[in-house]
Amino acid sequence: MSRIIVITSGKGGVGKTTTSAALAMGLAQRGKRTVVIDFDVGLRNLDLIMGCERRVVYDFINVINQEANLNQALIRDKRCDHLYVLPASQTRDKGALSKEGVGRVLEELSQTYDFIVCDSPAGIEHGATMAMYYADDAIVVTNPEVSSVRDSDRMLGILSSKSRRAETNAEPIREFLLLTRYDPHRVESGEMLSVDDVQEILALNLLGIIPESKAVLTASNAGIPVILDRDSDAGQAYGDMVARYLGEEVPHRFLHAEKKGLLSRLFRG
Amino acid sequence: MGLLDYFRSTQQKGTANVAKERLQILVAHDRAARGCPSYLPKLQQEILEVIRKYVDVDLSAVSVNYEQEESHEVLELNIILPDTGKHRI
Repeated sequence: MSRIIVITSGKGGVGKTTTSAALAMGLAQRGKRTVVIDFDVGLRNLDLIMGCERRVVYDFINVINQEANLNQALIRDKRCDHLYVLPASQTRDKGALSKEGVGRVLEELSQTYDFIVCDSPAGIEHGATMAMYYADDAIVVTNPEVSSVRDSDRMLGILSSKSRRAETNAEPIREFLLLTRYDPHRVESGEMLSVDDVQEILALNLLGIIPESKAVLTASNAGIPVILDRDSDAGQAYGDMVARYLGEEVPHRFLHAEKKGLLSRLFRG
Repeated sequence: MGLLDYFRSTQQKGTANVAKERLQILVAHDRAARGCPSYLPKLQQEILEVIRKYVDVDLSAVSVNYEQEESHEVLELNIILPDTGKHRI
């Protein structure tokens, strides 16, 4: 049985693609056959974050339109044998993502793969609703910030009403919260919503807290999913997230600011 | 963060609290509006027009609430009539 996971948020720039790349890589590293699909037609970026942008020949829309078959379009990751990337089209209109076409491709992928990770575009338009429609699980990526939390709540409403599971009265989509760009220093000084604040409003199963980290930009600069940076806080936090997703009990880390001496407080740049 | 900033930031604590309070109100409001039929604002407007033919009520005097419960839906109309002396008829 393959599981379809949508990475969604509503708001843009919160870390959906970073999370999709990390989750897919993390699952694949644990031996799960995984494919990650970019649903952001016209603004594809997953290929860049995965570092396979120069190997894109055919894309998701080509497969939907049957101009190429899946094997031609799927890009095998060079770092991990179990991981494949299905890039979005850069040129087509997002209307090309038909519900039937997406369903057919997902059905075909589910014959081969254990996990299908769908990287949703921002917003609540067609591309985003297509990314979530067939999902079994949803990871709602949220920043501790008012507009992001509000948009996440909106997304939860859409997940529970406009998905295949909702329409067929099947068991609802499992919803998880991933809090990203979390800055414990600012939380402790009362400047930033804490994980408890966000949970009080969204009340979701907390899959992880990814700290604000320089490693994320460094990783995207190089086209290496940040989860591969095992020395970084964000990389470790994403590793924990994957473990939790697979049902392991892992305590949350990076929740508290490191204690600093007086001198480093005074002279911090 | 320099020395001055450090003292400044300790003085103006607590915008996170403001954010949380605003969000709680906003999200509750958003959730109430979700799942409501889209004709609700127009319904409210037309009911108000009919009532105003007979009674001089304020624009905010009519509220329409829609609630969805497990087996049934409730459409609640709340009209605040003015004191008897102010009736047009």
